Amino acid sequence: MAKFTLPKNSKVKEGKHFPAPAGATDVRRFKVYRYDPDSGENPRTDTYDVDLSTCGPMVLDALIKIKNDIDPTLTFRRSCREGICGSCSMNIGDKRGGSNTLACTKAIADFDGEIRIYPLPHMPVVKDLVPDLTHFYAQYASIEPWIKTDTANPSRERLQSKEDRAKLDGLYECILCACCSTSCPSYWWNGDKYLGPAILLQAYRWLADSRDEATGERLDQLEDPFKLYRCHTIMNCTNTCPKGLNPGKAIAETKKMMVERQI
Amino acid sequence: MKLRSPLGQARGLGSAKSGTHHWWVQRLSSVALVPLCLWFVFSLACMSGADYSTVQAWVAQPWVAVTLILFLSAMLYHSQLGVQVVIEDYVHGEFLRIASLVMMKFAHVALAAAGIFAVLKVAFAQ
Repeated sequence: MAKFTLPKNSKVKEGKHFPAPAGATDVRRFKVYRYDPDSGENPRTDTYDVDLSTCGPMVLDALIKIKNDIDPTLTFRRSCREGICGSCSMNIGDKRGGSNTLACTKAIADFDGEIRIYPLPHMPVVKDLVPDLTHFYAQYASIEPWIKTDTANPSRERLQSKEDRAKLDGLYECILCACCSTSCPSYWWNGDKYLGPAILLQAYRWLADSRDEATGERLDQLEDPFKLYRCHTIMNCTNTCPKGLNPGKAIAETKKMMVERQI
Repeated sequence: MKLRSPLGQARGLGSAKSGTHHWWVQRLSSVALVPLCLWFVFSLACMSGADYSTVQAWVAQPWVAVTLILFLSAMLYHSQLGVQVVIEDYVHGEFLRIASLVMMKFAHVALAAAGIFAVLKVAFAQ
């Protein structure tokens, strides 16, 4: 059965408190999930009081400030700090609740009071805010996300009409940050087999590409009660996507293609 | 210890090459149930407080008996498809999942047979 409570060794405990330096004027409290598999201890939430007058405007700026100035043991992924690499995806919220998003494009000012930061939900945690995305990436590889053709390679670029190119808008922008997949209850309960919104959007990106010649084979590979049809249009994916994309629509279009070739 | 490669695990047993039929008939049965449900609820409301002989005479009309049987069949077929999805979502042990799917399907067929028999029995009662 699906598990609705955390196992004993995963219960999150209250951790350390790092107060703001004396004379800090604009203090904001950050509560951050900490887990170190080497220590054998339960996960905990550490509290950091950050002086925003010496900190950049984004949540990632605060995390970098915590790591640089307050607690160098804090572990998280980040790279481009401009919403294009997808590394700093995590669950960020306040007392009103949280959602999966990119720490680098989420402003501290968007939150009310204490900011709570957790790793992406329902993934194995490597350390602190770093989830293990091995299976997610393997699922991406399993849809063979590259152009497939049987026609001999042309001597110049493969042509595509402007209308056909427009069909890839809203699909090619996906940065595979995994915010959508890890917000999806179907992916939580059946992520071993269900591909999840991110991978299904990427799969549709190749189904929708007029230059690709393997549409039928791609549909064959997706037609499965678990790989595709675990999507019950919950739409958490579309609500949470930090790039404003619509994986729910991409999945619906895929289901339409499945019916179209049968009826 | 799992030594299988991540790609091998992700591919698993491959695609079942099915699922579209289930998805499509779930939608078809839901469309059919819109008028059938409205008709059924409206008819019951109109007959509230009526005695057995009135209701029996109503059911005995051929088109009412046939529509009642259609309603029961579509409703239980749709329910069976929906509960199957719920079990596949939440019941994870292989034995438990297959056992509950089998029990659930048998129960729906039995309910449909009993419902249709009841309609016919009332319709042909005299």
